[in-house]
Amino acid sequence: MTSPPATDAVVIGASAGGLAAIGALLSALPAAYPLAVVVVQHIPADAADTLVRRFQRHCRLPVREAEDKDTVEPGIVFIAPADYHLMIEPDRRFSLSREERVNFSRPSIDILFETAAEAFCNRLVGVILTGASADGATGLAKIAAMGGTGVVQSPETAEVDVMPRAALAACAGARVLPLAAIGAFLARLIPESEAPCPPIS
Amino acid sequence: MTTDLVRMENERLEMRLLLEAIYQKSGYDFRGYASAHIKRRLEHVRNRAGLATFCEVTHRLIWDAEFFDSVLSALSINVTEMFRDPGFYRAVREQVLPVLKTYPFIKVWHAGCAAGQEVYSMAIVLAEEGMKDRAQIYATDINPPVLEIARRGIYPLDAVRHYTANYQKAGGASSFSEYYTADYDSVAVKTALKQNVLFSPHNLVTDGIFGEMHVIFCRNVLIYFGDDLQNKVIKLFLDSLCNGGFLCLGTKESLRFSEHADAFEVVDAREKIYRKRPALPTPEAEAE
Ligand SMILES: C[S@@+](CC[C@H](N)C(=O)[O-])C[C@H]1O[C@@H](n2cnc3c(N)ncnc32)[C@H](O)[C@@H]1O
Repeated sequence: MTSPPATDAVVIGASAGGLAAIGALLSALPAAYPLAVVVVQHIPADAADTLVRRFQRHCRLPVREAEDKDTVEPGIVFIAPADYHLMIEPDRRFSLSREERVNFSRPSIDILFETAAEAFCNRLVGVILTGASADGATGLAKIAAMGGTGVVQSPETAEVDVMPRAALAACAGARVLPLAAIGAFLARLIPESEAPCPPIS
Repeated sequence: MTTDLVRMENERLEMRLLLEAIYQKSGYDFRGYASAHIKRRLEHVRNRAGLATFCEVTHRLIWDAEFFDSVLSALSINVTEMFRDPGFYRAVREQVLPVLKTYPFIKVWHAGCAAGQEVYSMAIVLAEEGMKDRAQIYATDINPPVLEIARRGIYPLDAVRHYTANYQKAGGASSFSEYYTADYDSVAVKTALKQNVLFSPHNLVTDGIFGEMHVIFCRNVLIYFGDDLQNKVIKLFLDSLCNGGFLCLGTKESLRFSEHADAFEVVDAREKIYRKRPALPTPEAEAE
């Protein structure tokens, strides 16, 4: 396999079946992980308080809910709060919004991915996992268009294959990997010092 | 790939020019709002109008007044509900009102009140705590059409079931149906709730302070602002509050990143309730 691209952040989106899949991915990351990880998991608004605790059980990195104006820092797993869209601003800080649902979802994976693509350009990896909607497909295509890397869970290994298939239809160049291989791929990613797309302050 | 980077830079430039045009045309200043958010809204406007670039949007909004208004309304997020975040209202009852009860008269400001649900929710709480008659409530927003809905206080009937559930979770002391009269498809809040409430336009970015407030509610407005603008508005609130006055933000907002954080103490970290500390005496005053 080609060596992994220099990366500053990983964005992950999942829907139905995502709790287990994301848990498995996070457990593959080493304690001193040099990248920021940002997760959108579709979940009913009232069940969301438990997400951080649930993912923390599987993860050696600190897991936090993303807050408005937080810096997208390496070595931390940020979870989108329930019922808010999560965006990354050009200066690589989070912002939140309660505007209308996108693809019937809030948070929407597309919104995170599209704004992350503009903030991180080619130093971004986007991962689409199991799910029953098409959310994330447009966002993943945007990541690829900005020079980043798209990764899609192979539909046969996904609990629900609608989301991976939609992502592949929109982003043909994405790497298709089974869940375990995605964990290994993410664990090997490293940032490099010279940045072709510096953050805009 | 380079072309996409160049396109992004060019789009950002066009977006700055667009916001500048809105500002120069009307005084509405969105230049300091969170840019990822504004960009999404403007893309929506551009696509809906069938235009290819932000510069075309700019051109059209300069010449077409109706289009201009539609852009303004697309830039504002007015989502709100009665007793939104019920736990917040419980916290206000338990931690803020006992202090405010010790004053003979209180001034309350809802900044960014949208269609008024938050204002009437608080009016209900104040009434139930026996404080409504000695409160003057100011409710302001940047958006005139939305303020007009607030003033009328008429809401769709199908929202009421949700409002009622919120009211109960918020620790409501009686029955929510006492506060409105129902029609076929809408409800109107009772006139008594509107007493001592003054709705008026006010722009947090460009307008001045409201003096000597005892409590300011500014919920789910600051998340749409960039950090310089947040700092500026927090300073406006600081200057509008009396010593010991309360500032209540939205659940996902905080003073954590504000340069004025030290001027407040945290009353409830979860519900984002803060209290203005008395100003430190200046060195000259101490020397006297
Ligand atoms: C999401 S609503 C919040 C309503 C209510 N406070 C709540 O929490 O449910 C945000 C409101 O802020 C208003 N707003 C946005 N920018 C503003 C500004 N510069 N000055 C005053 N109000 C503003 C919008 O018009 C909108 O009605």
